Amino acid sequence: MITAERKPLEEIIASVKPFQRILLVGCNECVTVCAAGGRKEVGLLASALQMHFMTEGKTIDIKEITLERQCDPEYVEELNVHMDQADAVLSMACGCGVQEIARRYREKPVFPAVNTKFMGASERQGVWAERCQGCGDCLLGLTGGICPIARCSKRLLNGPCGGSTTGKCEISPEVDCVWQLIWDRLKALGMQDRYEDITPAKNWQTGRGGGPRKIIREDLAE
Amino acid sequence: MKTESRLEKVLASGNLAVTSECGPPRGALPDKVREKAEMLRGYVDAVNVTDNQTAMVRMSSFAACVIIKQMGLDPILQMVTRDRNRLAMQADILGAYAHGIDTMLCLSGDHPYFGDHPQAMNVHDIDSIQFVQMVHQMREEGKFMGGGDILNPPKMFIGAAANPFADPFELRVARLAKKAKAGTDFVQTQCIYNLDKFELWMKGVRDRGLHEKVHILAGITPMKTAGMARYMKNKVPGMDVPDEVVDRMAGVPKEKMAEEGIKICVESIQRLKEVKGVSGFHIMAIEWEQKVPEIVEKAGLYPRPENL
Repeated sequence: MITAERKPLEEIIASVKPFQRILLVGCNECVTVCAAGGRKEVGLLASALQMHFMTEGKTIDIKEITLERQCDPEYVEELNVHMDQADAVLSMACGCGVQEIARRYREKPVFPAVNTKFMGASERQGVWAERCQGCGDCLLGLTGGICPIARCSKRLLNGPCGGSTTGKCEISPEVDCVWQLIWDRLKALGMQDRYEDITPAKNWQTGRGGGPRKIIREDLAE
Repeated sequence: MKTESRLEKVLASGNLAVTSECGPPRGALPDKVREKAEMLRGYVDAVNVTDNQTAMVRMSSFAACVIIKQMGLDPILQMVTRDRNRLAMQADILGAYAHGIDTMLCLSGDHPYFGDHPQAMNVHDIDSIQFVQMVHQMREEGKFMGGGDILNPPKMFIGAAANPFADPFELRVARLAKKAKAGTDFVQTQCIYNLDKFELWMKGVRDRGLHEKVHILAGITPMKTAGMARYMKNKVPGMDVPDEVVDRMAGVPKEKMAEEGIKICVESIQRLKEVKGVSGFHIMAIEWEQKVPEIVEKAGLYPRPENL
């Protein structure tokens, strides 16, 4: 999923300060799962903003709504009925959701309330970690199902580097050396021989190197 | 001979090679480069010129290499994949070769986290093994990585790093094999303090005949103080400094520590000279270049071969 973290309250306050009526929009997908911008977080942020502006002697109208999926035009349409009563939109979705609102409501300013972080997975309760960088040409089949592009600090396709120490990355003892993980996994699979195959230089065209990307499915596109 | 490299000639002659390094200054100070390189004249076969080492901005390796080349010495262009994509790297390789620089060291580089620009994006378009492949292809096939023909292809003698002390240890011979397969001509190792472990690694290297494919230059760094020994033991990733070494440094009075450090370093070279498959030494006297001649002489590596 796409992970996110709420921005500091001061930054959010600064962005909505000039406005009287705020439409605060959450998303029921990834940001709900990572507890950054779902219905619950929308409620908490609304209260925090109300409290802040109250102490400043200012009243602010906040309309809370959480869409099923903020990156999908079909669901974003549900905001139509509220838009007339809003001076600005504060979105708690990932960057995709924020941009969908900006695209649909051209005359309305929209501000992000979260920082979109990465595509990741939950490691344990309350902990999410990066797993994929969307390179567009998946090589997990070569690396025991563990991605060195997303998880090696130097993005080495033929690691580990000389900084790997007791299974940890040279940048921090908190970061696993992904090449240690890959090696352990290849061993467990009896695929150690793979290690000495040189993975050739990556063609980044399938990733961000090729410019903004789009998928067009002729069988589905209208 | 694959190249015009002096280092290649020394290694081919069967002599133990000696390289050292010169870290460029953090400023536009050509005389500083000359001063450091001059200390090494006659005592080493080639001078590594580091590329933004520890991810701190310094004069470019390329520019400092040109200065050293103009002094009549033989620079080794170090280049890291951290700061350049494949276009910039190949462009600099053409440029360096056009200035007569014919030996290089292909590295991935320290993470920006350690340096003075932790905000910087690290490039890592290619990794160090793909980097070796690229330079090898430029030399052997006369082609750019993108496939186009090179006019007057650069014939670089290709070096890489090897760290026998990083984890997992069981992979470290295989990793050298991978570098050899990519087209590496020589490796310079991480600083060796744990000689037993290095010898164990070398046994693995010999068992696979890798020492016949790649020249191995053993990395040596003299310690100045017990504090430095402790720092290297505890703080530098991928460095293996046994307690005996720290204790030995700490066991002499402060004013004798530097001398003890040189002594340890010379003893290490003496022992490693006997290790089959070691083709020479890479002496990294960090901000202590003036000690290199003394180490080379005491280790019996002086004079350097001439008229090869």
